[in-house]
Amino acid sequence: MILTYKIQGGDFSNAGKCSSEVKKVLKQLNIDHKIIKKVVIALYEGEVNIVAHAYHGVITVEIDTEKIQITFKDEGPGIPDINKAMEQGYSTASPIVRELGFGAGMGLPNMKKNTDYMHINSQVNKGTEVILINYL
Amino acid sequence: MSVKLSVIAKAIEGTVYTCKEYLENEVEYGFSSDLMSDVLTIDKEDVILITGLNNIQTIRTCELAEIKYVIYARNKMINTDIIKLANENKILVMQSPYSVFKVSGILYNLGVKPIY
Repeated sequence: MILTYKIQGGDFSNAGKCSSEVKKVLKQLNIDHKIIKKVVIALYEGEVNIVAHAYHGVITVEIDTEKIQITFKDEGPGIPDINKAMEQGYSTASPIVRELGFGAGMGLPNMKKNTDYMHINSQVNKGTEVILINYL
Repeated sequence: MSVKLSVIAKAIEGTVYTCKEYLENEVEYGFSSDLMSDVLTIDKEDVILITGLNNIQTIRTCELAEIKYVIYARNKMINTDIIKLANENKILVMQSPYSVFKVSGILYNLGVKPIY
Protein backbone atom coordinates (compact mmCIF):
# COMPACT_ATOMS: atom_id res chain seq x y z
CA MET A 1 0.00 0.00 0.00
CA ILE A 2 1.31 3.44 -0.92
CA LEU A 3 -0.10 6.68 0.53
CA THR A 4 0.96 10.09 -0.77
CA TYR A 5 0.35 13.50 0.80
CA LYS A 6 1.22 16.97 -0.48
CA ILE A 7 2.38 19.33 2.26
CA GLN A 8 2.42 23.11 1.90
CA GLY A 9 5.16 25.08 3.64
CA GLY A 10 3.76 27.57 6.15
CA ASP A 11 0.35 25.87 6.36
CA PHE A 12 0.46 25.60 10.14
CA SER A 13 -3.26 25.06 10.71
CA ASN A 14 -3.11 21.76 8.78
CA ALA A 15 0.19 20.53 10.25
CA GLY A 16 -0.43 17.03 11.52
CA LYS A 17 -3.34 16.15 9.24
CA CYS A 18 -1.26 13.71 7.18
CA SER A 19 0.00 12.02 10.37
CA SER A 20 -3.55 11.77 11.65
CA GLU A 21 -4.77 10.12 8.44
CA VAL A 22 -1.85 7.66 8.35
CA LYS A 23 -2.55 6.73 11.97
CA LYS A 24 -6.13 5.81 11.07
CA VAL A 25 -4.93 3.63 8.16
CA LEU A 26 -2.33 1.84 10.31
CA LYS A 27 -5.00 1.14 12.94
CA GLN A 28 -7.29 -0.32 10.28
CA LEU A 29 -4.44 -2.58 9.18
CA ASN A 30 -4.18 -3.87 12.76
CA ILE A 31 -0.51 -2.95 13.06
CA ASP A 32 0.97 -3.28 16.56
CA HIS A 33 -0.09 -0.35 18.75
CA LYS A 34 3.50 0.44 19.86
CA ILE A 35 4.79 0.52 16.28
CA ILE A 36 1.92 2.80 15.24
CA LYS A 37 2.80 5.26 17.99
CA LYS A 38 6.48 5.37 17.00
CA VAL A 39 5.74 5.73 13.29
CA VAL A 40 3.15 8.42 13.84
CA ILE A 41 5.35 10.50 16.17
CA ALA A 42 8.28 10.38 13.72
CA LEU A 43 5.89 11.22 10.88
CA TYR A 44 4.37 14.16 12.77
CA GLU A 45 7.80 15.65 13.53
CA GLY A 46 8.74 15.27 9.85
CA GLU A 47 5.48 16.80 8.69
CA VAL A 48 5.97 19.79 11.01
CA ASN A 49 9.52 20.14 9.66
CA ILE A 50 8.23 20.51 6.08
CA VAL A 51 5.57 23.02 7.16
CA ALA A 52 8.13 24.94 9.24
CA HIS A 53 11.11 24.99 6.89
CA ALA A 54 10.26 24.05 3.29
CA TYR A 55 8.29 25.73 0.48
CA HIS A 56 6.38 22.53 -0.23
CA GLY A 57 6.89 18.80 -0.04
CA VAL A 58 5.51 15.32 -0.52
CA ILE A 59 5.23 12.57 2.09
CA THR A 60 5.04 9.01 0.81
CA VAL A 61 4.17 6.16 3.15
CA GLU A 62 4.81 2.64 1.84
CA ILE A 63 3.46 -0.25 3.87
CA ASP A 64 4.21 -3.91 3.19
CA THR A 65 4.30 -7.04 5.31
CA GLU A 66 7.83 -6.35 6.59
CA LYS A 67 8.09 -2.62 7.10
CA ILE A 68 6.69 0.89 6.97
CA GLN A 69 8.84 3.26 4.95
CA ILE A 70 8.22 7.00 5.02
CA THR A 71 9.87 9.37 2.54
CA PHE A 72 9.74 13.13 3.09
CA LYS A 73 10.83 15.02 -0.01
CA ASP A 74 10.74 18.79 -0.02
CA GLU A 75 11.82 21.79 -2.00
CA GLY A 76 13.28 24.35 0.34
CA PRO A 77 16.42 25.84 1.82
CA GLY A 78 17.98 22.46 2.61
CA ILE A 79 20.11 21.66 5.67
CA PRO A 80 23.66 23.07 5.47
CA ASP A 81 25.05 20.93 8.31
CA ILE A 82 23.14 17.68 8.92
CA ASN A 83 25.28 16.66 11.91
CA LYS A 84 24.47 19.95 13.62
CA ALA A 85 20.77 19.59 12.76
CA MET A 86 20.80 16.18 14.47
CA GLU A 87 22.10 17.70 17.71
CA GLN A 88 19.47 17.94 20.42
CA GLY A 89 18.62 21.62 20.97
CA TYR A 90 19.94 22.99 17.67
CA SER A 91 17.22 24.76 15.70
CA THR A 92 16.78 27.36 12.97
CA ALA A 93 13.00 27.54 13.44
CA SER A 94 11.14 30.85 13.23
CA PRO A 95 9.27 32.40 16.20
CA ILE A 96 5.91 31.30 14.72
CA VAL A 97 7.06 27.65 14.78
CA ARG A 98 8.11 28.06 18.41
CA GLU A 99 4.70 29.54 19.26
CA LEU A 100 3.15 26.31 18.03
CA GLY A 101 5.22 24.34 20.52
CA PHE A 102 7.93 23.16 18.13
CA GLY A 103 11.32 24.46 17.03
CA ALA A 104 13.29 23.47 20.12
CA GLY A 105 15.74 21.34 18.18
CA MET A 106 14.10 18.06 19.13
CA GLY A 107 12.44 17.10 15.85
CA LEU A 108 15.15 15.19 14.01
CA PRO A 109 16.50 13.46 17.18
CA ASN A 110 12.92 12.50 18.04
CA MET A 111 12.44 11.05 14.55
CA LYS A 112 15.64 9.02 14.89
CA LYS A 113 14.60 7.74 18.31
CA ASN A 114 11.32 6.39 16.94
CA THR A 115 12.59 4.65 13.81
CA ASP A 116 14.83 1.68 12.99
CA TYR A 117 16.54 3.42 10.05
CA MET A 118 16.88 7.07 9.15
CA HIS A 119 18.72 8.68 6.26
CA ILE A 120 18.90 12.39 5.40
CA ASN A 121 20.00 13.73 2.05
CA SER A 122 19.98 17.49 1.63
CA GLN A 123 21.15 20.08 -0.86
CA VAL A 124 21.34 23.71 0.20
CA ASN A 125 18.85 25.93 -1.67
CA LYS A 126 17.27 22.87 -3.31
CA GLY A 127 15.66 20.69 -0.70
CA THR A 128 15.79 17.77 1.66
CA GLU A 129 14.89 14.10 1.50
CA VAL A 130 14.46 12.06 4.67
CA ILE A 131 13.81 8.32 4.63
CA LEU A 132 12.54 6.51 7.71
CA ILE A 133 11.96 2.78 8.07
CA ASN A 134 10.19 0.93 10.86
CA TYR A 135 10.27 -2.85 10.67
CA LEU A 136 7.09 -4.70 11.61
CA MET B 1 -2.11 5.14 42.30
CA SER B 2 -4.48 6.76 39.86
CA VAL B 3 -6.72 9.79 40.38
CA LYS B 4 -10.25 10.28 39.13
CA LEU B 5 -10.71 13.04 36.54
CA SER B 6 -13.74 14.40 38.43
CA VAL B 7 -11.57 14.82 41.55
CA ILE B 8 -8.96 16.67 39.47
CA ALA B 9 -11.62 18.92 37.90
CA LYS B 10 -12.96 19.89 41.30
CA ALA B 11 -9.53 20.56 42.81
CA ILE B 12 -8.42 22.91 40.03
CA GLU B 13 -11.83 24.60 39.55
CA GLY B 14 -11.81 23.08 36.09
CA THR B 15 -14.39 23.74 33.40
CA VAL B 16 -14.76 20.70 31.18
CA TYR B 17 -15.37 21.45 27.48
CA THR B 18 -15.33 18.01 25.86
CA CYS B 19 -15.80 14.32 26.66
CA LYS B 20 -17.44 14.77 30.06
CA GLU B 21 -18.03 11.02 30.07
CA TYR B 22 -14.32 10.60 30.91
CA LEU B 23 -14.77 12.29 34.31
CA GLU B 24 -15.29 8.88 35.87
CA ASN B 25 -11.95 7.66 34.41
CA GLU B 26 -8.73 7.64 36.40
CA VAL B 27 -5.34 8.89 35.26
CA GLU B 28 -1.93 7.78 36.51
CA TYR B 29 0.65 10.19 35.07
CA GLY B 30 0.91 13.95 34.55
CA PHE B 31 3.15 16.03 32.30
CA SER B 32 3.37 19.83 32.14
CA SER B 33 4.78 21.42 29.00
CA ASP B 34 4.27 24.05 26.33
CA LEU B 35 6.75 22.26 24.11
CA MET B 36 5.00 19.72 21.93
CA SER B 37 8.22 17.99 20.85
CA ASP B 38 8.80 17.30 24.52
CA VAL B 39 5.30 15.84 24.86
CA LEU B 40 6.08 13.59 21.88
CA THR B 41 8.96 11.99 23.83
CA ILE B 42 6.57 10.46 26.39
CA ASP B 43 6.52 6.67 26.27
CA LYS B 44 3.81 6.25 28.89
CA GLU B 45 0.11 5.86 28.21
CA ASP B 46 -2.52 7.12 30.63
CA VAL B 47 -1.24 10.70 30.83
CA ILE B 48 -2.86 14.08 31.53
CA LEU B 49 -1.17 17.07 29.87
CA ILE B 50 -1.07 20.45 31.61
CA THR B 51 -0.25 23.27 29.23
CA GLY B 52 -0.49 27.00 28.62
CA LEU B 53 -0.27 26.56 24.87
CA ASN B 54 -3.78 27.02 23.53
CA ASN B 55 -3.62 26.12 19.88
CA ILE B 56 -4.77 23.29 17.68
CA GLN B 57 -1.33 21.62 17.73
CA THR B 58 -1.81 20.77 21.41
CA ILE B 59 -4.77 18.59 20.49
CA ARG B 60 -3.02 17.20 17.39
CA THR B 61 -0.07 16.25 19.60
CA CYS B 62 -2.36 14.56 22.12
CA GLU B 63 -4.11 12.67 19.34
CA LEU B 64 -0.84 11.37 17.91
CA ALA B 65 0.81 10.70 21.29
CA GLU B 66 -2.31 8.91 22.62
CA ILE B 67 -2.98 11.41 25.42
CA LYS B 68 -6.66 11.52 26.32
CA TYR B 69 -6.79 14.39 28.83
CA VAL B 70 -5.62 18.04 28.59
CA ILE B 71 -5.75 20.92 31.06
CA TYR B 72 -5.35 24.46 29.73
CA ALA B 73 -4.03 26.57 32.59
CA ARG B 74 -4.68 30.28 33.36
CA ASN B 75 -8.06 30.24 31.62
CA LYS B 76 -6.41 30.18 28.20
CA MET B 77 -9.08 30.65 25.56
CA ILE B 78 -10.37 27.45 24.02
CA ASN B 79 -11.61 28.09 20.50
CA THR B 80 -14.06 26.09 18.39
CA ASP B 81 -11.26 24.45 16.34
CA ILE B 82 -9.77 23.02 19.54
CA ILE B 83 -13.17 21.75 20.71
CA LYS B 84 -13.98 20.23 17.30
CA LEU B 85 -10.70 18.36 16.99
CA ALA B 86 -10.84 17.23 20.63
CA ASN B 87 -14.36 15.86 20.15
CA GLU B 88 -13.36 14.09 16.94
CA ASN B 89 -10.47 12.39 18.72
CA LYS B 90 -12.23 11.80 22.03
CA ILE B 91 -9.91 13.99 24.09
CA LEU B 92 -11.15 15.59 27.32
CA VAL B 93 -10.36 19.32 27.42
CA MET B 94 -10.46 21.12 30.75
CA GLN B 95 -9.70 24.75 31.57
CA SER B 96 -8.43 26.00 34.93
CA PRO B 97 -7.98 29.54 36.25
CA TYR B 98 -4.79 28.42 38.02
CA SER B 99 -1.24 28.59 36.62
CA VAL B 100 0.58 25.59 35.15
CA PHE B 101 2.68 25.57 38.33
CA LYS B 102 -0.32 25.53 40.66
CA VAL B 103 -2.26 22.95 38.64
CA SER B 104 0.83 20.72 38.55
CA GLY B 105 1.27 21.07 42.33
CA ILE B 106 -2.36 20.21 43.04
CA LEU B 107 -2.27 17.15 40.78
CA TYR B 108 1.01 16.01 42.35
CA ASN B 109 -0.52 16.30 45.81
CA LEU B 110 -3.56 14.31 44.69
CA GLY B 111 -1.23 11.48 43.70
CA VAL B 112 -0.79 11.95 39.94
CA LYS B 113 2.71 10.66 39.18
CA PRO B 114 5.45 12.51 37.28
CA ILE B 115 6.94 10.85 34.18
CA TYR B 116 10.55 12.00 34.36
